[in-house]
Amino acid sequence: MSEVRRSGSAAEGDAHRDPSATDAAPAVTRAALAAGRNPRRWGAWYVAEHRFRVMRSYTGTVVVAGIGSPLLYLYALGVGLATIVDGSVGAESVDGVSYLVFVAPALLASAAITVASEEFTYPIMLGYKWNPTFSGMHAAPIRPQQIADGVVLSVAVRMLVNTVLFFALMLVFGAVPSATGFLAVAVAVLTGLAFGAVLMAYTSTLEEDTGQLAMVMRFVVLPMTLFSGTFFPLTVLPLWLQPIGWISPLWHGTELARVFTYGYPEPIWLTVVHVAYLVAMFAVGWVWARRIAVRRLRK
Amino acid sequence: MSQPVIVARDLVKRYGDFAAVDGISFEVAPGESFGLLGPNGAGKSTTMRMVGAVSTRTAGDLAILGLDPDRFGPEIRSQLGVVPQADNLDTELRVRENLLVYGRYFGLPRKLVAERADELLAFAQLEDKGKAKVDSLSGGMKRRLTIARALVNDPRVLLLDEPTTGLDPQARHILWDRLFRLKEQGTTLLLTTHYMDEAEQLCDRLVVVDKGKIMAEGTPAALIRRYSSREVLEVRFGSDRNADVADQLAGIGDRLEVLPDRILVYSENGEAELERITSAGLHPLTSLVRRSSLEDVFLRLTGRSLIE
Repeated sequence: MSEVRRSGSAAEGDAHRDPSATDAAPAVTRAALAAGRNPRRWGAWYVAEHRFRVMRSYTGTVVVAGIGSPLLYLYALGVGLATIVDGSVGAESVDGVSYLVFVAPALLASAAITVASEEFTYPIMLGYKWNPTFSGMHAAPIRPQQIADGVVLSVAVRMLVNTVLFFALMLVFGAVPSATGFLAVAVAVLTGLAFGAVLMAYTSTLEEDTGQLAMVMRFVVLPMTLFSGTFFPLTVLPLWLQPIGWISPLWHGTELARVFTYGYPEPIWLTVVHVAYLVAMFAVGWVWARRIAVRRLRK
Repeated sequence: MSQPVIVARDLVKRYGDFAAVDGISFEVAPGESFGLLGPNGAGKSTTMRMVGAVSTRTAGDLAILGLDPDRFGPEIRSQLGVVPQADNLDTELRVRENLLVYGRYFGLPRKLVAERADELLAFAQLEDKGKAKVDSLSGGMKRRLTIARALVNDPRVLLLDEPTTGLDPQARHILWDRLFRLKEQGTTLLLTTHYMDEAEQLCDRLVVVDKGKIMAEGTPAALIRRYSSREVLEVRFGSDRNADVADQLAGIGDRLEVLPDRILVYSENGEAELERITSAGLHPLTSLVRRSSLEDVFLRLTGRSLIE
């Protein structure tokens, strides 16, 4: 009996209306049924509004980092390191393009991963535990799943802002030869969300942060950035190291972004695999994060 | 007479083998101020969470505004104001912003929320603090802001979980005054507390809860009449002697309660009992005659003190 109740409550009835509660019901009941409509439909958006307001308090950081870090990376790698790379292996010998053109889409996808690792770690710990605003939202008519949705939605918007800024600078640097290059922005956001949703689900399971999040940064995010075909093609690694790239959302995102920014030649099936992998990873992380939200908030 | 806003029947919440709430039944009428009085761990907060439609019951029936919280959680919560035990204001936002984002959770238009935010800041006596950071507020101010936030949807029922725990006496009195105003305006209040003075101040009716069960129910005055005497004489003979002296006090008062630090003599006339004690040649170090309180009711019902 209790099990049935629990699973039923997870969805909180999915809004199936009780006819007996609408027609003959007293005014207070009818008022409640009417007032529940907006939150049921728009709850995730209200959560996103809240998150935007919080982000507004660090707009400066978002914009400065959003412009400053691509500038630093594009100069250091696309101009500085590129001088050595292009000088030693020839100007068009990495995938047949200059090192700047090769590295820029990878940096774009990495920027989205950076946003993900900022927004889906400490803010999630904060919301569940340190400053439990998620409990406050749930005490209002918001359902736990909507809280997860709203956070994802707000971070997606921030990622879009960051990657558009990044892409604009790539254009300025002349790093986007292909006309389909703008699609790389969508690829970067998808990459960030695929990794971010799984990271959010993982963070949601933590009752306490005893250094796990720092470990994730050091032993997941950093190696992923280094070994995902970001700074050099994955194929230059020994075969036994290449699987790191295959499981890495950043590798799939980077390769996909390269297809759009400079027409990186790869078989069409591989392009499909990249998209499918990223979408699947996002879906798994998202569903997982929603389930944990229900489990944690409805004790 | 309109139907009750909260109906709980044989409400049970189990975590594994442990029953946090073990068959509680009560009803709250519209406009009533109803209290759950009990020590920490009695199951008060768990009951509040079930009534607040954020925790599912293991067994029993529960209806809030005529709706089952398992199926109509958002609908029920749209009509509630919740003041949780621990403040969960967003410390990354300013004071007024906390009201603005919270109002939106109820699907209210921005303009309406902005108007209410200003009214509520005035109600909470925080007009000057709208732009302040939450962390710069005192404990009492944070509590008032949390209450203001709980009122942003103009709720039919206000749930308050230990509203004044941890506040200094002055802050408590300001808060009680605000709550009393709400009560006068006809807001239904459901509150938990382990302070008997708070229950006496605010509750029309209450249940005494211990270990997940209801021990007694009634108005504060009726409970005191039924489970205690009119007056209580407290005498202290020093912690070593209290137990010895208690034997010699047999027959004095209606009933005796021997605590480690003092002896309580329940009686209609405390002064008269004190005279009998001194004329018997026993001289307490200190003595005090007071009116009976809910603390005495609790002691009588459970054999334990409310605040340990």
